[in-house]
Amino acid sequence: MSSPLLTVSGLTKGYRRTGKTIAAVDGISFHIEPGETLALAGPSGSGKSTIGRLMLRLIEPDAGHIEFEGGDFLSLNGAALRARRARLQMVFQDPLAAFNPRATVARVLDDPLRIHGITSRRERPRRIAALLERVGLSADLVARAIHEISGGQRQRIAIARAIATNPSLIVLDEAVSALDVSVRGQILQLLLDLQREERIAYLFISHDLGVISAIAHRIAILDAGRIAESGNARTVIDAPQSAIGKALVAAAPKLNRTSVRDAS
Amino acid sequence: MSPLCRFLRTPEAVAGAIILVALFAMALTAPLFFPRDPQAIAGPALLPPFQDWSLPLGTDRLGRDVTAELFHGARTSLAVGLAAAAAALVIGAVVGTLAGFAGGLVDEMLMRITDAFQTVPSFLLALAFVSVVGPSLGVVVAAIALGAWTGPARVARAEVLSIRERDFVAGARVIGMHPLEIAFREVLPNALPPVLALSSVIVAAAILTEAALSFLGLGDPNRVTWGGMIAEGRTVLRTAPFLSIVPGIALVLTVLGVYLAGEGVVETTAVRRSLS
Repeated sequence: MSSPLLTVSGLTKGYRRTGKTIAAVDGISFHIEPGETLALAGPSGSGKSTIGRLMLRLIEPDAGHIEFEGGDFLSLNGAALRARRARLQMVFQDPLAAFNPRATVARVLDDPLRIHGITSRRERPRRIAALLERVGLSADLVARAIHEISGGQRQRIAIARAIATNPSLIVLDEAVSALDVSVRGQILQLLLDLQREERIAYLFISHDLGVISAIAHRIAILDAGRIAESGNARTVIDAPQSAIGKALVAAAPKLNRTSVRDAS
Repeated sequence: MSPLCRFLRTPEAVAGAIILVALFAMALTAPLFFPRDPQAIAGPALLPPFQDWSLPLGTDRLGRDVTAELFHGARTSLAVGLAAAAAALVIGAVVGTLAGFAGGLVDEMLMRITDAFQTVPSFLLALAFVSVVGPSLGVVVAAIALGAWTGPARVARAEVLSIRERDFVAGARVIGMHPLEIAFREVLPNALPPVLALSSVIVAAAILTEAALSFLGLGDPNRVTWGGMIAEGRTVLRTAPFLSIVPGIALVLTVLGVYLAGEGVVETTAVRRSLS
């Protein structure tokens, strides 16, 4: 691997509360290689979701650089930014809140294809059916409203929407945390399959070390907006060095027995 | 139970709906029953009601058929009321959505403009507008909408402010949707229900404002209006009070009907939303 897909350096974001600024993300640096999964772990309030939102420019950082596919991602604006977004996608935690309550499955998958001009209008129904099949859903779902389908199906639709534009990196913000345990394993398997076949890199944000050890290559453990330790996912989870790493591992006692199944 | 069923089981809503249906029937059948110009002389002047059955509600000062005027006046009242309310809701929803979604300077500017409109009494605004531009149906509609859009704008903005923080709006940004498309296709439809709940009040107020403008002689002079009829009858109020009372009752019933039916719709849809 020549150059990293994504390089983040010195990323900082503070929130002002009653006069003083609290740093939610404090000088974070990391990189992701093509086709690799980096997990961001940490207790609530450690800034992991903020990092995800910063990466997608949903919020703007106070300082730092994000280089994505060899270009400065933070300098993009307007149409150039919108076009670039095709390559950097996100899956949200709550699969119901992530969709317009009035949307249908067809509309959700049609939007990215239309916006980025990926397929012609005539070709789109076929492409949507292919996307549904790709995430293990029946093409009959297209006419259904988002609120009519199950949570697991919704998260598959969210993944289908994310891969519709052929991204090279998907930010998964607690993407399996809201799911049923049995569904969780299936979604993780789907993510692993997609990564193997399409070489998509993931930034996997989670507080659940069990899930992380099943999917991540590398891990960075966050504490109060800083990276406490990072390295190979297995190595770090088996023998954490930092205090927060040890606390997180201790909080997930069934960790060493299984990989995906343990989430209960 | 379907919303229609629930609507039909609310007595007030049914009463409102019956009044509205009767009103629409009057407006639609006016040219059928009274094909002649309602402003043409039809009989002796100041004929009291229920004397001559070809002129059931009598005639006015100039011998015009009051029944015909009432039917044709319903057309004006409904047309102006609905058009003005629709215009006010559209302007308000667009301004509120832009202000709430854009935030910052755009929000400040649009909301200060809204404040400016809100500080001027809406009737005064309509009065001034019509006297400057001149009385015609379109101008009257615009004048009423001008004073009525601020309410919907505020409600829409408040709603948009809460919706724009939701994940699905972030999701729309992530897939690269244009901000204007997000505002009007993703956010606005979800902000509409509370804005539409204002519509019955706005329609009722618009009908009253139109009547008041006509009463002051600022309505479209080529159309019969209930407000104009009341104004006409005012000069002979002691000798022929029915000339003011008949259109007055029509006005009261219309406003009541619009309000009751509107409340009924809001009530039934509100229940449906809380159940889902």
